[in-house]
Amino acid sequence: MSTITLAGKDVARTDDGFFEDPSQWTEDMVPELAKAEGIEQLTDRHWVVIRFMRSEYLTKGTGPSVRALGKSSGVPIKELYELFPKGPAKQAAKIAGIPKPIGCI
Amino acid sequence: MTKRIVILGAGTGGTLTANRLARHAEQAGLEITVIDKDDEHIYQPGLLFVPFGMAEADHLAKSRRQQLHRGVNYIEAGIDHVEVDKNRVVLEDGSSVDYDLLVVASGATLRPEETEGLLGSGWGRDVFTFYNMEGAVGLQKALAAMDHGRLVLNVIDMPIKCPVAPLEFTFLADAFFESRGLRDKVEIVYATPLDGAFTKPEASKHLSHMLDDRRINLVTNFNTGEVDEEAKKLISYDGQEVPYDILVTIPLHGGAAYVGNSPKLGDELDFIPTDPHTLQSKVADNIFVIGDAAGVPASKAGSVAHFEGEVLVPNILAWLAKEPLPESFDGHANCFIETGHHKALLIDFNYETEPLEGHFPGPFGLPLLKDSYLNHLGKLAFQQLYWHLLLPGHDIPMVKAQMPKAGKHILEVKHVKAGK
Repeated sequence: MSTITLAGKDVARTDDGFFEDPSQWTEDMVPELAKAEGIEQLTDRHWVVIRFMRSEYLTKGTGPSVRALGKSSGVPIKELYELFPKGPAKQAAKIAGIPKPIGCI
Repeated sequence: MTKRIVILGAGTGGTLTANRLARHAEQAGLEITVIDKDDEHIYQPGLLFVPFGMAEADHLAKSRRQQLHRGVNYIEAGIDHVEVDKNRVVLEDGSSVDYDLLVVASGATLRPEETEGLLGSGWGRDVFTFYNMEGAVGLQKALAAMDHGRLVLNVIDMPIKCPVAPLEFTFLADAFFESRGLRDKVEIVYATPLDGAFTKPEASKHLSHMLDDRRINLVTNFNTGEVDEEAKKLISYDGQEVPYDILVTIPLHGGAAYVGNSPKLGDELDFIPTDPHTLQSKVADNIFVIGDAAGVPASKAGSVAHFEGEVLVPNILAWLAKEPLPESFDGHANCFIETGHHKALLIDFNYETEPLEGHFPGPFGLPLLKDSYLNHLGKLAFQQLYWHLLLPGHDIPMVKAQMPKAGKHILEVKHVKAGK
């Protein structure tokens, strides 16, 4: 576990960079989080995915897999990889301040 | 008053649930009906051995109907959809079956059509899956003829049935080519979307050593976007390529097709949102789910369906009697992993505890996470237990629904949040 400062607040994260407590997340942390993932230019399409991840987590208790994202977010998988090149589910989960998606068992 | 129980699917979960419920039919006033599209019940764990000539295809199938208790009605028909609000199942011929309580046990289906190019010119020629009989038999011929080149195993995405089977396939392929003196001429590659050999960290470490020892190349974080069957290569969404001579694919999985036709029944992959502990669906109080059809964070494996059955039946009976649901499933899974040369290792885990070293089911049992001849015998013996104990709905001696902790080297217990 490690602590970083985002938008002036101390946030606890797991060793692999996911929020320990998703309720600490606020939208103004997103630009900084995205930058750390190598995403300089945040577009509306990024926001569609980030907000979708967030709402899925809040209703289902876990973030969606890439495939579920592609089927239900309105953003096709190919575009998801263009937006989040290092893996849409993981990167978007980090930026949306939610735990690592369980998806794969 | 008679209560109509309708079970969709006569595979592992549906059959054992019907047979367990049948014992209570008279006392609880149950009329039990099972629906499936054909009369062929395949012992799916056996498919892994077919490509290597270690199992005969025609020894793996039996009649679905004959595995059911004689008090159970069997309807051989395709299901078109379920009308959740009307408590009714509509069949493909337009007729319908009403229920008081529905059990969804229709498993997972393969969806190769969802991957671009996969069903192209190479399908059945040099692209196969061993997850169905046709593919397993085709692969047997292809492997028998292979004397050099690249054999690539690719898992397209999770979830899949029996998540260890693809690894077992590479271990068996290593032994197969070694015994034929061809191992130096055949390169074996395991390409997975995961960041390691397996989903669970402790087991993943062990398994990745085993891949190393066998000179099997592990390609991680590979998300297949497309298969180019003319150029014979996998192409990932981020542009990496893996060439092959023979591709063994584990296609995407989804729930049964009728689930997608049924408003309000399934999620985006056609699995049923289900309480991971009670096995009651989140869709309607009178719908319960068992096995691969359930959207729960457990492995899609026969052992899971077996353990779920012991929890599901008392919960169904309690629900019918308007009592609180007494039993809670812990996510217990128990898998033999065939490692080649007549050895296997065993893993045992649940929602909260990873596969650990030790012995199962207690300190003097089968070794966990270590390969041994004893585990291989266990795996072979299981086929008989499956037909004669598990499907008829008997308990298997010593093997309980709840994961045993005795005999395990428990260092830490990680809490995984079971999806709500």
